[in-house]
Amino acid sequence: MRKVAVVGAGMTKFMRRAQETGKELAWQAAKMALDSCELTVKDVDCVVMGTAPDAFDMVHMKAEYLSDGAGAWRKPYVRGFLGGGTGVFTANQAWYHVASGMFDVCLAVAEEKMSSCLPHPQGAFVTCWDQFTESPLGTSLLWFFAWEMNRYMTVHGITERDIAAVSVKNKKNALDHPCAQLAANITVDDVMKSEIMAWPVKRLDVSPTSDGAAALVFVSEDVAKRITDKPVWVEGVGWCLDTMYIGQRDLYYPKYVEYAARMAYDMAGIKEPRKEIHIAEPYDPFDYKELHHMEGLLLCGKGEAPRMLADGVTQRTGDLPVCPSGGLLGVGNAIAASGVMKVAEIFWQLRGEAGKRQVPGKPRKGVAQAWGDEMQVGTVIVLGV
Amino acid sequence: MQRRVAIIGIGYTPFRPITPDLSFKEMMFEAAQKAYEDAGVCPRRDIDAFVTCEEDFTHGRSIFNIHTPDNIGAVMKRIHTLPADGIYGVADAYMLINTGLADVMAVESHSKASNMLTPNYLVAHAMDPVYNKPLAYNPYFIAGMEMNRYLCETGTTEEQCALVAVKNKANALRNPEAAYGDRITLDDVMNSEIMFDPLRRAEMSSPADGGIVLVLACEEKAYALCDSPIWVRGVGWCSDTPSLETRDWGKAVYAQLAGDMAYRVAGIGNPRLEIDFAEVDDSFAYKELQHLEALRLCRPGEAGLMVEEGGTLRNSEFPVNVSGGSLGVGRLDEATGLQKVLEVVLQLRGEAGSRQLEDVQVGLAQSWRGLPANSGAVAILSNE
Repeated sequence: MRKVAVVGAGMTKFMRRAQETGKELAWQAAKMALDSCELTVKDVDCVVMGTAPDAFDMVHMKAEYLSDGAGAWRKPYVRGFLGGGTGVFTANQAWYHVASGMFDVCLAVAEEKMSSCLPHPQGAFVTCWDQFTESPLGTSLLWFFAWEMNRYMTVHGITERDIAAVSVKNKKNALDHPCAQLAANITVDDVMKSEIMAWPVKRLDVSPTSDGAAALVFVSEDVAKRITDKPVWVEGVGWCLDTMYIGQRDLYYPKYVEYAARMAYDMAGIKEPRKEIHIAEPYDPFDYKELHHMEGLLLCGKGEAPRMLADGVTQRTGDLPVCPSGGLLGVGNAIAASGVMKVAEIFWQLRGEAGKRQVPGKPRKGVAQAWGDEMQVGTVIVLGV
Repeated sequence: MQRRVAIIGIGYTPFRPITPDLSFKEMMFEAAQKAYEDAGVCPRRDIDAFVTCEEDFTHGRSIFNIHTPDNIGAVMKRIHTLPADGIYGVADAYMLINTGLADVMAVESHSKASNMLTPNYLVAHAMDPVYNKPLAYNPYFIAGMEMNRYLCETGTTEEQCALVAVKNKANALRNPEAAYGDRITLDDVMNSEIMFDPLRRAEMSSPADGGIVLVLACEEKAYALCDSPIWVRGVGWCSDTPSLETRDWGKAVYAQLAGDMAYRVAGIGNPRLEIDFAEVDDSFAYKELQHLEALRLCRPGEAGLMVEEGGTLRNSEFPVNVSGGSLGVGRLDEATGLQKVLEVVLQLRGEAGSRQLEDVQVGLAQSWRGLPANSGAVAILSNE
């Protein structure tokens, strides 16, 4: 297995409605990532694309449409897809393109344009479910989240206020992110008073829908040594998909995230994640999901994440900064692009290039994670310097 | 240094125009069960990772990959979906096995094309949403224009293209799984309705249903599990520009570059001499000719001549699409490429029944992503 390094990252601003087409967003991010490591499209051996449902922009075979925007003209190019988990999986996919020995330089691009789905991208999810057991219920995605949040709260005796603090933290962290869509100084009371979408989920518990793109450059060890003094190594990858039948799972704990995390930690030789991981970017499309995923990532015991949050451990200045970028709640939820944004944040933090967001204490190992499908998939990557 | 990777198990359902008795989930299950039986593996215990190849829209769903793990025994395992042709899945498995992360993998793809009532409208959604989609053309016009340009650039005749349809439908008569086998003549093709001038109805493949699963393994596992492993010697894939306005209409550049990559990986210098037979994309009859030239399996512009002289017949020197190809078997959406890989495996194993080729060691499978895409993949397999 060859060593693989991340050497460049870039992203567009995340926003409610971008004027650019998906191709243009993809190119802006790709160009920025390549510029950051002083490579050009000519140096790229292959391209991987991450983008979530075609239904958002109603483009069939969306990867084909986006290919030239992603810099893949006349290059090996393929799209990977794991629903909301796509972003971090795109990084995993880029890793194995290089680790396999087939390519030396792989550009990973993730793009999402949700605003073209009218009246609301939520509509794109209506056709996800099983047509016999789930679709007839007329569910929206929010209901699934409400079930899961409720179950999580009930099993561990967690309150809505405990969870709302995640939204407060992440939106505040995002104030320092130049690409953020919903950065804000809010209080727990603001979250509690916001409109109930599907109890116990309230408007400020939810990340926005976004347009945006993000990109990373993965290279083999010899290329990394040639072009940079500060390579960030991919130390572990993992992904795992649970059954589609949501009724067969206890939603209080994301076991699939734990499995994916264990794959990544085993590869990275991490025995005690809580001690060895310095910084984490778990997927936070809803505020309780950050807590849920911290537990799945074995960064704390089951039901213990709210206490860590209350103790300030997960603040940017805390012992284990979680979502120092501002996460999806603050920066925005351009599905696949947000996953790559999380990997990019770990990359910038480990290089000490996160600017105002930089966490103190020179972190050496970080984990990014995404989640998706029908409460079903965990994708994990561990980076280290 | 690459690890050697082999196909050690195959499973498939019959390819039919309609499959009212099975849902796509049941088709996936049937194909997977057969493949695991063939390879002698238990998915839960022995398979490290799974790849499925499907597009959302052909299933009328968002996030199709939600529906994949249960039907192929992949729950709580590494599994991901590529919205791409099945040969991309083989390439993906080849890479993952080469990282050492997985020793045994399964690749799945299927088609339930009969569920699609208006495939033309579906393909229209693949057009550029800014420049092309608003024009609301039937997207198959692209095939007509491309064929026209190909004929113009190479001097190939319409009759030579038509002979591809005659050959492939006749080949399909010897393939019990094929949906569209037929004994037709050149006149039948030439007299069939012109759909997108100069493309005729009999030169266009029809959709079929079917599921295919392959089991791949690294060298050690392949020898441990299988008596006749079929080695994946090389894989390649490539995307040319998606833009209609700037693409090269006469040549299949994507196939040429994907082929070059696969030949490089396989260490093949002279494909025509080192490859014994090929299954290339023939979604439209002229595409077979275009792809043979792009893959350097004949000299540029001479594919039509080669077909006319019978050089690609089943009993000729270089059989092409002996399974019947997409014209004879039916086009299987994202599983189209896997059907071609499947045929190469059957031939190399000597299990192709009445269409078995004699003395073949190396075969090539190639796929095209279908209208309006400008990309495709290649796999080169060998039995030694």
